[in-house]
Amino acid sequence: MSAKHHVFVIALALGAAAAQPAAAREQIRIVGSSTVFPFATAVAERFGKATDFKTPIVESTGSGGGLKLFCAGSSDNDPDITNASRRIKPSEVEKCAANGIDEIVEVKIGYDGIVLANSADAPQMSISLRDLWLALAKNVPDGEGKTRPNPYRTWADVNPDLPDVRIEVMGPPPTSGTRDAFVELAMEGGCKTFDWIKAMKKQDKKAYKALCHTIREDGAYVEAGENDNLIVQKLAANPDAFGVFGFSFLDQNSDTIQGSLIGGVAPEFELIADGSYPVSRSLYFYVKKSRVGEVPGIEEYLAEFTSERAWGDDGYLADKGLIPMTPQERAQWARTAAELVPLKLE
Amino acid sequence: MTDTSGRTLDFTARPAALRRRHAAEARFRMAGRLAILLAFGFLVLMLGAIAHTGTGALKQTQIRLQVALPADAPASTDPAKADFGGLLKQALRARFPEVSGRKDKRRLYRLLSIGAEERLREAMLEAPAPGAQERVLTLWLPASDEVDLLVKHDQPGRLGEQEQRWVAQLRESGEIRVAFNRGFFLNGDSREPELAGIASALAGTAWTLAVCFALSFPIGILGAIYLEEFARKGRWSSFIEVNINNLAAVPSIVFGLLGLAVFLNLFGLPRSSPLVGGMVLALMTLPTIIIASRAALRAVPPAIREAALGIGATRVQTVFHHVVPLALPGMLTGTIVGMARALGETAPLLMIGMVAFIVDIPGSILEPATALPVQIFLWADSPERAFLEKTSAAIIVLITFLVFMNLIAILMRMKFRKRF
Repeated sequence: MSAKHHVFVIALALGAAAAQPAAAREQIRIVGSSTVFPFATAVAERFGKATDFKTPIVESTGSGGGLKLFCAGSSDNDPDITNASRRIKPSEVEKCAANGIDEIVEVKIGYDGIVLANSADAPQMSISLRDLWLALAKNVPDGEGKTRPNPYRTWADVNPDLPDVRIEVMGPPPTSGTRDAFVELAMEGGCKTFDWIKAMKKQDKKAYKALCHTIREDGAYVEAGENDNLIVQKLAANPDAFGVFGFSFLDQNSDTIQGSLIGGVAPEFELIADGSYPVSRSLYFYVKKSRVGEVPGIEEYLAEFTSERAWGDDGYLADKGLIPMTPQERAQWARTAAELVPLKLE
Repeated sequence: MTDTSGRTLDFTARPAALRRRHAAEARFRMAGRLAILLAFGFLVLMLGAIAHTGTGALKQTQIRLQVALPADAPASTDPAKADFGGLLKQALRARFPEVSGRKDKRRLYRLLSIGAEERLREAMLEAPAPGAQERVLTLWLPASDEVDLLVKHDQPGRLGEQEQRWVAQLRESGEIRVAFNRGFFLNGDSREPELAGIASALAGTAWTLAVCFALSFPIGILGAIYLEEFARKGRWSSFIEVNINNLAAVPSIVFGLLGLAVFLNLFGLPRSSPLVGGMVLALMTLPTIIIASRAALRAVPPAIREAALGIGATRVQTVFHHVVPLALPGMLTGTIVGMARALGETAPLLMIGMVAFIVDIPGSILEPATALPVQIFLWADSPERAFLEKTSAAIIVLITFLVFMNLIAILMRMKFRKRF
């Protein structure tokens, strides 16, 4: 009997939900990058506590997945805001436009550093981008303008100044945005320090990318899954291993692990903020302008996110590991957010 | 018929062969025992490790602070009007008057959780009506996650020497205590580990499973009964049977994609709602329930059916009065196995938006919600170290939920078995 009763209730609910799909939504919906997720949720939580609006729902879908959902339409079932750990691509802007989303407001929120770290019990390493690429690339130059499979077994093989320890780096798998950024900034950055490879970019972009972006698969680079906490724990247990992950994990575990100097620059808060640390990327979120006013609280949420108490030098986002922009940049982007200036890709 | 003449069967004459056979049997038993022992050992190890880390989340560090309310303290508790943060900062400065300088003060303020403001607000609500004179409230306020880790596990984390000294000072004077963490069971999710709770995920799981059960149990059982007892065996029924068996092996993410395409995009049902989550999980559990139920029905001896039909019962009467009650324990087992699988799923929920940060506790199947395994996944992925023990505690809650479900199944099974 009770089962029958349940079916009836569900059927009713189904009918009710299907009958009025356009019922106004009460809270903001946010999707996107898992890197921005900790920051967006922190803002969402404070926003929900400090105002009468409902706490926004933040989904962690990845940058690409988020933009796909974002551009699918502008109904109540589509997200209003998407977070991204990279800039929106022209193809995505076109896709948005094709679905009637013409006006997108872009807001840059700060930077994220990608660090190479090891156990605090081991000596700190200082490595150049070039050596890092040589240590991790699948194919490396053989000195005669050709390439050969990576022969280096220890860091000292790459450069005698580096420790004589077997190369063992744990990092994210190819599905991760952190991996994309690491490959583009660190690997390619080191790769193009070879003049002939840099010249190759113009002639044969595909071969250039294949050479610079491919990480070795012979066991020296271990794909450790998406969970950065796991990498941190493994580093603490194995002093010879290195790990690649976002700055916030280094920041939270600074008593057990230490960041390696890259190009002579340590992955420290101030040094990432002023741009001297070479492996850092910008973080963004995108807002549908047409939804402002339709969904209550979007403007107020933007105001909270772009307030000094959130993204300022001493704000709570900095506490969570976000690297703030300069005050001028912050002022500029806060204005963009307040005036809802639509994005124009040049 | 073999000719055994000339060969006597002497059982004592070949003790070697017999010994070998007995030894083989003993070895096999030994191996079996060892396997069980090993499996049990791993289980104990796993549960022990989780319980060991997880129990920390049940306790919370609190700091005693005397908060002076100004004479004109607002009677209203509107957060916009009263500056709770300011009052707390003042109280902290009063406790540590020697702290000066902007940077040091900021460090000092970070000893308290942002949840302390909420606690102060509550306390002001409870406190007697404001008089004319200045009042002092003595409160136990939640400490920040880093202080919490230092006090409970002696892990300094990001705390510097100065903060550690302050904590030591507070400890000596008894102004720090470790109390039961009620918030873990009453709060929704939070970005601050010391405030994060399991309530929203637990409610989400309960709603989702309720929908899943309400859909998959009747449909699965009735489908199985029809296929087993009424459907004519033929090309169609075997085609359906093959399909059901295949569906049981389909990876769960595929059901999530289906849910996204059909329930969200076609039907326009609300994203992240337990309704859609339950529907997707119901699709996933249906094949399991149907297969188990059919097996249970098949195990009912044909004599029962024949006897019932023989005394003039109709097919429906035969099935519902005699066959189903006998098969019900098996059907329930199948349902619980299916539901238990649904309880642990995150992959299909990802596609329909239930892998999300949700603070508010869902009050119906249409409100946005998340589920226990999703909460575990999200916490395990958080940079703050204090989420580690939250993760383990959430796993304990999930396992308890599972044991509870199984218990219900066993009780129901026993009840039905007694009746027949």
